[in-house]
Amino acid sequence: MSKHTFSIGGVHPHDSKISRDCSIQPLPLPPTVYLSLSQHIGAPSKPIVEVGDKVKVGQPVAEPGGFVSAFIHSSVSGTVKSIGSRKDLAGNPQMCIEIAVEGDEWAEGIDTTDTLITAIPEDNKAIIEKIRLGGVVGLGGATFPTHVKLSPPPGSKCERVIINGCECEPYLTSDFRVLLEKGEQVVVGAAILAQVMGNVPCTIAIEENKPEAIAHIKEVIVKLGYKGIEVMPMKMRYPQGGEKQLIDAVMHRQVGSGALPISEGAVVQNVGTAIAVYDAVQKNKPLIDNTVTITGECFPRQANLLVRVGTPLQYILDYLGGIPEEAAKVISGGPMMGKAVSNLEAATLKGTGALLLLTEKQTLRAPESNCIRCGKCADACPMGLEPFRLNRLAKANDLEELENNSVQDCIECGCCLYSCPAHIQLLDNIRLAKAAVLGAIRARAAAAKAAQDAKK
Amino acid sequence: MSKLIVSPNPHIHSKDSTRSLMLDVVIALVPAVICSVVFYGWMELLVMAVSVGSCLLLEWAITRFMLKKNSTIGDLSAVVTGILLALNLPYNTPWWVVFVGAVVAIGVAKMTFGGIGQNIWNPALVGRVFLLVSFPTYMTGRWAAPQGLFGADAVSGATPLGVIQEGLMKGSTVQELTSSFDYKDLLFANLGGSAGEVCALALLAGFIYLCVRKVIKPWITLSIFGTVALVSLIFWGIDPSRFTDPLFNLLTGGLILGACFMATDYVTSPMSLWGGVVFGVGIGFLTMMIRYFGSYPEGVSFAILIMNSVVPLLDRWFKQKKFGRK
Amino acid sequence: MSIIIWTIVVITVLGILLALVLYLVAMRFKVEEDPRIDLVEKAMPGANCGGCGFAGCRAFAESAVKSGSLDGHFCPVGGNDTMSAVAGILGYEVKAQAPRVAVVRCNGTCSARPKTNTYDGYPSCKVKAQLYSGDTACSFGCLGCGDCVEACQFGALSMDVETGLPVVDQEKCTACGACVKACPKAIIELRPMGPRGMREYVSCVNRDKGPAAKKACANACIGCGICVKTCTHEAIVLENNVAYIDASKCKLCRECEAMCPTGAIHGVNFPKPLDKEAVKTRIKERQLKAKEAANV
Repeated sequence: MSKHTFSIGGVHPHDSKISRDCSIQPLPLPPTVYLSLSQHIGAPSKPIVEVGDKVKVGQPVAEPGGFVSAFIHSSVSGTVKSIGSRKDLAGNPQMCIEIAVEGDEWAEGIDTTDTLITAIPEDNKAIIEKIRLGGVVGLGGATFPTHVKLSPPPGSKCERVIINGCECEPYLTSDFRVLLEKGEQVVVGAAILAQVMGNVPCTIAIEENKPEAIAHIKEVIVKLGYKGIEVMPMKMRYPQGGEKQLIDAVMHRQVGSGALPISEGAVVQNVGTAIAVYDAVQKNKPLIDNTVTITGECFPRQANLLVRVGTPLQYILDYLGGIPEEAAKVISGGPMMGKAVSNLEAATLKGTGALLLLTEKQTLRAPESNCIRCGKCADACPMGLEPFRLNRLAKANDLEELENNSVQDCIECGCCLYSCPAHIQLLDNIRLAKAAVLGAIRARAAAAKAAQDAKK
Repeated sequence: MSKLIVSPNPHIHSKDSTRSLMLDVVIALVPAVICSVVFYGWMELLVMAVSVGSCLLLEWAITRFMLKKNSTIGDLSAVVTGILLALNLPYNTPWWVVFVGAVVAIGVAKMTFGGIGQNIWNPALVGRVFLLVSFPTYMTGRWAAPQGLFGADAVSGATPLGVIQEGLMKGSTVQELTSSFDYKDLLFANLGGSAGEVCALALLAGFIYLCVRKVIKPWITLSIFGTVALVSLIFWGIDPSRFTDPLFNLLTGGLILGACFMATDYVTSPMSLWGGVVFGVGIGFLTMMIRYFGSYPEGVSFAILIMNSVVPLLDRWFKQKKFGRK
Repeated sequence: MSIIIWTIVVITVLGILLALVLYLVAMRFKVEEDPRIDLVEKAMPGANCGGCGFAGCRAFAESAVKSGSLDGHFCPVGGNDTMSAVAGILGYEVKAQAPRVAVVRCNGTCSARPKTNTYDGYPSCKVKAQLYSGDTACSFGCLGCGDCVEACQFGALSMDVETGLPVVDQEKCTACGACVKACPKAIIELRPMGPRGMREYVSCVNRDKGPAAKKACANACIGCGICVKTCTHEAIVLENNVAYIDASKCKLCRECEAMCPTGAIHGVNFPKPLDKEAVKTRIKERQLKAKEAANV
């Protein structure tokens, strides 16, 4: 049993990794893909193609709309049918590029072979530029543009790169399959990241429920002869894969409120991101596909599929036999932090890692009852907050007290609501309060800055 | 598939519910209930039945007819209150006294504050203390020889602490008085007192069950035991003829029942670790002060109720350590 | 006997001492304040609803007294009566404002706007709006959790169980604007009450294109623009696929209401029900005449 885990809170849901033995299969191309222009945190991308243009696989179709933004590449070859508003999985309109698929012709310069390239280019600036041009974003959930994360602000120094292979969410198995089937690429990707950050040591953190992956990656590291890369088996606990929690678990350092991981010398990247980095740097292949777990006890054909970005969710589910009658909820992501889908016409994004189908019995919330002050929410909170208090303050809309009680530190992991025996919908209200407090903090910072500028 | 359900994360829930937690407490109390019934016989079963039954009935009636809400008896908290109240009463309490206790516990201490989770004081204890001051004869003085279920060899008499206090007033020394008690009896089968004190081991077994099931954390209980032991050790060391020894204090007067099941009640105890420790130390200290210097021989109930009142302050003072903050 | 005397003496001395302390403290912490603030506050309705934009009635009174005029000060709850009373106290001038009322601009009833999914979370419009577009195909309409009802301090809003939409009781509505702030979809608008309460408004805020809006809700404004063409007072504008009636220009002729193909335009408190056919013939005749005039 590994002792490595984060120090505060956490829960241990049943891991339900029922699709762990399904090897990664490519999904046949859909007739149409829809590439959203907001697939990452930050400014939406700006389209650089026009309706009627012919595009090839891997050809950029949108450029960054700001510093924190990313390139978007066509994931298929075909004709741009339209550029306009389309409803995303929550039903909110987003700008999308619609491409009708014709054949599968790749753009020039992309290495589509399976050959493993271990020799890493020496110029770090060129590597980061390749990652930027490849449209790589963090695939652990936040979809933060990777090239921004790899260019830390001046004065900060990276001491360790952590590759997040925890996959602490129940049901999800895509990272596990990637580690098992593309372990070499992950390790080379990790080596690239470690080199870019200044030849720092690198830790690949994998939870103990994936012993095959731990053993395999250890073998690969020995085989490829990397010195600075190690595998760290982690104790099973959610939310181990949270950035701050993982840094705490691996390096025993706690990133302060509102601070970036780099302030404690850490850079965390997901396994999927490591693969994307490998593809972008070694193969010139931009981020156009990712591994998606489709799972759920009620879903008979569980699978881990290699899906092109922009594939409609309905198409994926239909390919696997359609949605079963008893499925009541489709979740994009895991059961703890995933987003419920209200619109199956929506397409996958770069960050879509899973589609989970749950039955009404598994997911329907029980009616709220009185708080019995058991303190389980406070015990479960990995940020050491007191959700019961925050919930009460949120209902009273007492922003000042909310800030004093650090609502802004909430990572929305869902542990509080998961563990509440009275089924109080804590996180729903706390999330709103957090947004309000963050807004107030930003407004204050802006006002302070304006006052300073006025002085000058 | 008809219409997709949409909700914010998380989409799954642990198996815990208020009902399951309360059920765990009921299970933890089963050994103590069995022991008391075996020791005191069917009379005790009657007290238990009246107590649990009237607690459930009262909660149902109050939620249904006075608050006009859905009944909350399904969460089993009224059952826990009922069992605890019964364990806090002598086996031969008349049924109507038990009912009055239930009225005070559920009607006054719990429902007037808004039902489960809202009360300031532990309902069962409020019920018990109300009976203690209103019907002292039924509560302490009427110990008749109980007929054990299997003809167990039960002894009648006042509670051990009562015996000591009475004896001290008559001028005997503590050593003389305690020599009449066999501590093994105290551990396995108490001499007089409320039904729940009958077997310390059964109570401790329930307490360990609750800790293993992670229903409660042991800190409050342990700090009560620790403080009681420490305070009595100091006084006993100073003057063993006036003050009882630590082991005697730990085993008598419902301390184990109070520390394991009443002080650890979620609703009326602090939520943070250090708040809990302070709470426990307070209970232990007050208990010993009342026992040594108060006019009541037993102080656990009062000590817990007094500390219950301080809980909101403790919750305000002691907060969790936050991630990444000094 | 001496006990009684001593008791009286002690209590008397205590009373004098305490009175002295109270007096000294009151002197020490005395705050000089314009007495008119108290007077103004007394004249206010005392709801402390914040509808005027100040933290409460006291804050309003302080600001009104200090600023030297009543510009930017209007109590929607008390209306013109309260404002003239305040103006009387302060000797300021006040401009009468037309009374306003909250109007719910969504008519997506349960029957007109079929549900496409089920919401299972905290019953609050804000929480729901943050999560997704809503449980119907219309991503602009009322979410139906009643945040506005909760926000209303005057009991003027209630949820209609049948339609799933909030209903405004115009007798109780003070136009404080709390519901406007509470609604995450910006459906509720404060509109002039209108003569004898008569008013005309577009009961839809759906900005989707016609077919999508129509598919989502039978009562939606589809942005066809017929109302704009019909209106002879230039009171209607069409922006982002949704029509809006400017109450200050509307002459309450109800022609747009008669012509609207989806019934998205509502007229309330009119003495007679609208005779659509009569209005339509009237419009046709007028248009024919205009054509003839143009031809001549």
